[in-house]
Amino acid sequence: MLQPLVISHYTIVNCLGPGKAATLAALESGRSGLQPCAFEDARLDTCVGQMADAALRPLPDALAEYECRNHRIADLALLQDGFEEAVRAAARRYGAARIGVFLGTSTSGILHTEAAYRRREAETGALPAGFRYATTHNTYALARFVLDRLGLSGPSLVVSTACSSSAKVFGTAARMIEAGFCDAAVVGGADSLCLTTLYGFGSLGLLARGPCRPFDAQRDGISIGEGAAFALLEKPGSHAARACMLLGVGESSDAYHMSAPHPEGAGARLAMARALDSAGLAPGDLDYINLHGTGTKANDISEEQAVYALFGPRTPASSTKGWTGHTLGASGIEEAIIGLLALEHGLIPGSAHTRQLDPAVRLDYAIENRSARIDTVMSNSFGFGGSNCTLILGRPRR
Amino acid sequence: MTLFVEGVGVLGPGLAGWRSSRAILAGEAPFHPAPFEVPRVDLLPPVERRRTGLPVKLAIWAGQDALAGTDIDSGTLSTVFTSSGGDGDVIHEICSTLACPEREVSPTRFHNSVHNAPAGYWGIATRSSAPSTSLCGHDWSFAAGLLEAAGQIAAGQARVLLIAYDAPYPEPLNSVRTIGAPFACALLLAGSRSAGTLARLALRRGQQGPPTRICDAGLEALRSANPAARALPLLALLAADAAGRVDLEDSCGAVIALESRP
Repeated sequence: MLQPLVISHYTIVNCLGPGKAATLAALESGRSGLQPCAFEDARLDTCVGQMADAALRPLPDALAEYECRNHRIADLALLQDGFEEAVRAAARRYGAARIGVFLGTSTSGILHTEAAYRRREAETGALPAGFRYATTHNTYALARFVLDRLGLSGPSLVVSTACSSSAKVFGTAARMIEAGFCDAAVVGGADSLCLTTLYGFGSLGLLARGPCRPFDAQRDGISIGEGAAFALLEKPGSHAARACMLLGVGESSDAYHMSAPHPEGAGARLAMARALDSAGLAPGDLDYINLHGTGTKANDISEEQAVYALFGPRTPASSTKGWTGHTLGASGIEEAIIGLLALEHGLIPGSAHTRQLDPAVRLDYAIENRSARIDTVMSNSFGFGGSNCTLILGRPRR
Repeated sequence: MTLFVEGVGVLGPGLAGWRSSRAILAGEAPFHPAPFEVPRVDLLPPVERRRTGLPVKLAIWAGQDALAGTDIDSGTLSTVFTSSGGDGDVIHEICSTLACPEREVSPTRFHNSVHNAPAGYWGIATRSSAPSTSLCGHDWSFAAGLLEAAGQIAAGQARVLLIAYDAPYPEPLNSVRTIGAPFACALLLAGSRSAGTLARLALRRGQQGPPTRICDAGLEALRSANPAARALPLLALLAADAAGRVDLEDSCGAVIALESRP
């Protein structure tokens, strides 16, 4: 059993706008953030969830060595929803060295290296002078940036397990607190649009031509998005008074294929079952499931089978990737936070761009928004390499 | 936080497995850093042996080495993979391709570009559905992996296999991120003493301080040039079957202190 942790503060940015209010308002008003791809000079017939460039401000001078799109997105998130102030207050209570920083990303600042490769010196092939690797492209750069930005010095690492990365950091944080290496933790994730993922998913034939349509009979792939989100996790009974808690985490491996999910969703089912076990909950205790629901043929049908096997047809479920796009390594925490917004506002978000449900889907799949009392939510994240993670969040159980 | 070591794996230049390297690491035999030879990874099917890069082979070989001579079922074992960054060869190929007008990225190369590629291939080869994570901590990756493995044990996991690996990058990346010779090591860690216990480790994160170095100049060169080889002072202690203390640095300068007792 997991020792539940209080989620005392959280913040989110994505193509729907900066802060919790922007994501909530877009969900409530039915405004998807997906647009035809006009990222850099990519020539791809697909849609993306791109953040407005104007919103991504240069980093402060003191943090100039971290300058790259991924950290601008992360920085924007840290500045929303009073998050930075909340962490600084927590650092005064616990000590800066007693707050861990556990973050997820898939491609980190690789965009910065892609650009440098287009400006290699003709004679020697060298990267342009002044190119910074450790503080931009390296997968750990995100944690260094956040440690510096927030003035923290606790234990830190970056999880990079493709699309489950920033879900798994919740498990890491719970364990690090359990082991006594820290008293509280900043968990989070950030991923930004780049040519590597756009052309890479394109090479696999996994990019939707229009906006992605999760669980639709005519779905044809993903829409890549970008964003960042962070949460502050603390032990119950501490200063934090907020209601929402991390109740369970379940992790598994598919052991099947590097880029295709297990056809019956065996690994996904195991992750969900382990999350229920760790929360001490039964399937009937959940009020809403935020599905991984990427919009590929294979993912959605595999996930449907796994969810149906455990939950049957009654638990309301939806994928929110039609609103935000698939934010890859950030999607775990992006969607955990959408689950928290659902809980706090009594909103089961519908599934943007899904028009005709795949007739094979037996779940209570929410295409339109619904109002409902929600106490407990589950969020699924599944990544390449068969890396699965399920989170359960909710009000404290009485 | 207390851990018990039940198995050790090592692979690097002149270090071809724990059994044959023990005397070298214990200082009882000389270290000859012979040019690194990529070992054959029996766990991978032939087609995957061809398609996977050096980091995957390093990690899987070292993991298998740590399990050699134990009766641990790799199919149920939780794993923690840690390295300082991605697969440099794959990143170089993708970034080079993207700098060309056609941008024809290879699908195999793209799925091999994920940081958890070694974990994915390990899971497929061992048919393991156990939890697995893949970490990055730049120069401090080994310490990050140890903390994660210790956390898993604190949370009730009986055993965890920690695998640290790093391979050098090709040019032009090598000039901006220089990693010495390829190196990987693995520790099979448990939460309680058993018949298979080799050593007991006490682990804590404390104040700032310098990391422990290793006496042999050749091994010290390897330690300082490859982030996964930051484990060498600990491996030396385990090889000598001696009590002692090893300090590892993390990115904030704090020390992860490991006290070992046979």
